[in-house]
Amino acid sequence: MPGPDLLSSQGLRLDGRRPNELRRIRCKLGVFTQPDGSAYLEQGNTKVLAAVYGPHQASKSKLSTEGVVVNCQYSMATFSTGERKNRPRGDRKSQEMSMHLRQALTAAIKTELYPRSQIDIYVEVLQADGGAYCACVNAATLALTEAGIPLRAYVCASSASMATAPEPLLDVGHVEEAAGGLVLTVAAMPTTGKIALLEMSHRLHMDYFDIVLSRAMQGCRDIEIILDRAVRDHLAEGWTKDDVTAV
Amino acid sequence: MAGLLLSPTEKVYILHGVQDDYRIDGRSNIDYRHMELETDVVSHASGSARLRLANTDILVGVKTEIDVPNPDKPGLGKLEFFVDCSANATPEFEGRGGEQLATTISNMMQKAYHSSQAFDLKQLCIFEGKQCWKLYIDILILECGGNLCDAVSLAVKAALFNTSIPFVKAALMDGGNVDLQLSDDPYDSKLLNVGSAPLLVTLCKIGDKCVVDPSAEEESCSVISLVVGVTGNSKFYCNQEEANTLPNIEAKCSTIGLNGPGSVAPQTLKAAINQGLVAAKSLDEALGKALLRERQENIGSKKHSYGFLK
Repeated sequence: MPGPDLLSSQGLRLDGRRPNELRRIRCKLGVFTQPDGSAYLEQGNTKVLAAVYGPHQASKSKLSTEGVVVNCQYSMATFSTGERKNRPRGDRKSQEMSMHLRQALTAAIKTELYPRSQIDIYVEVLQADGGAYCACVNAATLALTEAGIPLRAYVCASSASMATAPEPLLDVGHVEEAAGGLVLTVAAMPTTGKIALLEMSHRLHMDYFDIVLSRAMQGCRDIEIILDRAVRDHLAEGWTKDDVTAV
Repeated sequence: MAGLLLSPTEKVYILHGVQDDYRIDGRSNIDYRHMELETDVVSHASGSARLRLANTDILVGVKTEIDVPNPDKPGLGKLEFFVDCSANATPEFEGRGGEQLATTISNMMQKAYHSSQAFDLKQLCIFEGKQCWKLYIDILILECGGNLCDAVSLAVKAALFNTSIPFVKAALMDGGNVDLQLSDDPYDSKLLNVGSAPLLVTLCKIGDKCVVDPSAEEESCSVISLVVGVTGNSKFYCNQEEANTLPNIEAKCSTIGLNGPGSVAPQTLKAAINQGLVAAKSLDEALGKALLRERQENIGSKKHSYGFLK
């Protein structure tokens, strides 16, 4: 079982946060000029870059007349982890993460608007300190917004751990993840309240499921406020007070 | 790269401009574009740097590992380059699409750093014949705006300048095996001597003239480009008193490569190489000044990291 170090007697975690606090999130939209939309997001020490190309003509093999094809690629830089990673992508974990990304983002994009087209979403993890998938989903949402692709709602992802029962920890870092115990990852659209992706790493007793899930959902709602603020600030850049009526 | 289409008229326009030493963005044939450099952006790596040369964005991370030296070179450490073309730059790099370009660049870098006058591998030796440091230099290409080789070599030199190798505190000989104890203190480390590390300069032949630092449009107008690897001058990378003690070493060419479907006459080649040597010298001086200034600003105080946020 994970040791008592994860939550001190004063109710503080290893990095000084309270159990229901997120790590500091800093983000920037429009980092690159080449992609249609790009974003950089930092969640604590985890840093990710997302780039969106599209919608453009779909390759023959992936064409679909019902809606747009969402193509995701999850890649980790070789220097992103403590131990050097030999291959940035192509291994099983990266492919699984790419599929998860695809699932979460397809739920949010209004796919019926662009049949026979393709949207490419490329995510690059520059530094992984736990919660890399969640940071990727958040960065991808920002990049999609910047690319002007119509979304049903913001997709936000957050993780919660039950290593220190009965209090679940929100937004786990690498040390807390490695210490063992359950980690629940949720990608949800907080505006509608719907869940796009849910992933659990270990086993969990059903009695605890509700509190862990509600903590993760609260994390998603908190992240949505931050992302929304970032998008509005980005759009208001360069405009004076007279130009802005209500952004 | 991604969706770059030039009409024949535009190509002729660029060609004529270059003949008159006037390029489409107003530069002369030997001017570089605006560059932004920041070191120490990735905390997991021993050294890192991010360079932005107009549109081209390169991120380099250096990781250190203890390894057994080559049996025929027992007193030297090892250096390994790995280039990753991220799909962020263009959708063609998805999956293994960017592998060819990546191998070309990493081979070029490996050749440039091969000579002992370019990078002295003796400083990576711990125990002759038994243990040495191996540096993994990982280059991540985030955006391509022309002139990749120069940007990569500049970023690699900056990252190596930023790299700190932990000190070896104790070594226990256990039969034939050596057990090393490294210092835990992150400030108890040594910096590398990278003053002479080579810089690559790309010269693009457009018409009869050669241009330095081609943009993506100019690269598509030329049939052949020349890449020259020139060793640096250590004097630019240390302060005034140390610089006076160092001997005057002439810049040397550590590698030459030609890219493209065309061909070049020997006289043009010679002129281009000389042009490259001159350009490399001023690049080296500018890089040295910038790195020294950054190091000076960060002594003592905690560095305010901008990374990609600015």
